[in-house]
Amino acid sequence: MILNMGPQHPSTHGVLRVILEIDGENVVRIMPDIGYLHTGIEKTCEAKFYQQVVPLTDRIDYLCPMTNNLCYVLAVEKLLGLEIPPKAQWLRVMLNELTRINSHLVWLGTHAMDIGALTVFLYCFREREDILRLFEAVSGQRMMTSYFRVGGVALEPPLDFFDRVRKFADTFPSKVDEYENLLTGNPIWVMRTKGVARITAEDAIALGASGPTLRGSGVDIDLRRDMPYSGYENFKFKVPLASEGDVFARYQCRVAELRESISIVRQALDGMPQGPIKADAPKVVLPDREKMKTQMESLIYHFKIITEGFAVPEGEVYQAVESPRGEMGYYIVSDGTAKPYRVHMRSACLANLQLLPKMCEGRLIADVVAAIGSIDIVLGEIDR
Amino acid sequence: MALTPAITDLEQLKGHPAIARLQGWNTASVEGAKFDRDEMSIYVERSVIREASALLRDDAQCPFNYLSDVTCVDWYPSEPRFEVIYHLLSIPNKERVRLKVRLSGDSPALESVTSVWPSANYFEREVFDLFGIRFSGHPYLRRIQMPEDWEGHPLRKDYPVEGYR
Repeated sequence: MILNMGPQHPSTHGVLRVILEIDGENVVRIMPDIGYLHTGIEKTCEAKFYQQVVPLTDRIDYLCPMTNNLCYVLAVEKLLGLEIPPKAQWLRVMLNELTRINSHLVWLGTHAMDIGALTVFLYCFREREDILRLFEAVSGQRMMTSYFRVGGVALEPPLDFFDRVRKFADTFPSKVDEYENLLTGNPIWVMRTKGVARITAEDAIALGASGPTLRGSGVDIDLRRDMPYSGYENFKFKVPLASEGDVFARYQCRVAELRESISIVRQALDGMPQGPIKADAPKVVLPDREKMKTQMESLIYHFKIITEGFAVPEGEVYQAVESPRGEMGYYIVSDGTAKPYRVHMRSACLANLQLLPKMCEGRLIADVVAAIGSIDIVLGEIDR
Repeated sequence: MALTPAITDLEQLKGHPAIARLQGWNTASVEGAKFDRDEMSIYVERSVIREASALLRDDAQCPFNYLSDVTCVDWYPSEPRFEVIYHLLSIPNKERVRLKVRLSGDSPALESVTSVWPSANYFEREVFDLFGIRFSGHPYLRRIQMPEDWEGHPLRKDYPVEGYR
């Protein structure tokens, strides 16, 4: 029998359609069908100035806006050859890790809910709310932050911001214990996840998996550690690994990442350097509001950047960062004008989704739900 | 940090393991190379892309065992019009390299690398869908993002940003 799951199905986390060929309860063949959220962001980018692309990047992977911002601005800064002041880099790392926690909390809540543990969802969203409030304080937006700009970050964070982050960082590890109390030893959870949707390291590499999906199969790679960007080389953290390659292994990796991320946030708070938050590049970075009102030169630069954009030297870069879901990459080609010639986003989810047939074929329909949850897909990123 | 000029002279870049490996196998397989902003791009001859990929994947010293991404750039109206771009990653050596293949504008076609890296499946389908490049030997070359009955390939430069209305 052919069964159509989605595109409107609570466990497909968006508008993924999965075509299942089933024999009784067993899945014979499974085929994901995507494209329901395709909005042509890559094409739109070609018609915008470089600085106007930043708000578009939020909307690709809406669960980790800051990671998208970071990846894009790093790529443009690499094209420009721009040096970023340390405080901006550390702020970026700190917010990026908060974003990772935010994204993992949504994953944990919805994944547990798919499998039937409804309580976890409310616990996760309680902490997510705290993070969203922090984002609102720093950027004015809860989700579509657009806080990172080419050359630095948009604004100085508000005065009590670091205290609020510290308060969150102090309480969060005990909250992770709460989630683990609800799930890790829970016999139903273990039965639904252990040994389910297993994938070997070879298959995971061959099919292009990345992030916790790859590390859950025992492949030790994390771009933050192995190809550091934005000052990650200054931070000490462990890369959680698990070797079983099943849903439970991926769960363990992500939960361990929650703890590592909060330790990075704490390190960033302790070592936050002083200094400017924007690079000294008047032709690229918008001037301070105050200077704009008092200095003619700043006013001119402001006018020029807003109306004409800034030219980026010819060339191409591929910048990859470790997003909560895996390797997020931006490939930008510049032809020397103020608009990018081509922007391509390497979507971690699109590649991870290719694992689904390997994970599910020959197993029960109920395991498909667990498998989809365990690769943590965001359709906005897959379809772009 | 000032930008250093790109190195495009193949003679100077010969030492790079991927180039050395490809040239050792077939001198004609490498059309050119570019080292710019710490990133290496290698222009590969169109007809050997699958063999070259397999060679780089199975290299003993520096195996590029992971295909990060496949994409395309349209240089309309100049010729050769398309560049198909492969981003490879070596997980053991933590190194990246970019392979590029130039394609002409009329009926662009290329051999698929899905037999080397199964992960190329969706990436190549996306390039086919949005640029109209055919990959011979692909197991399921159908549109992936756009509807099945869509006409045209939206990411081509002669396709208007706001679409045809």
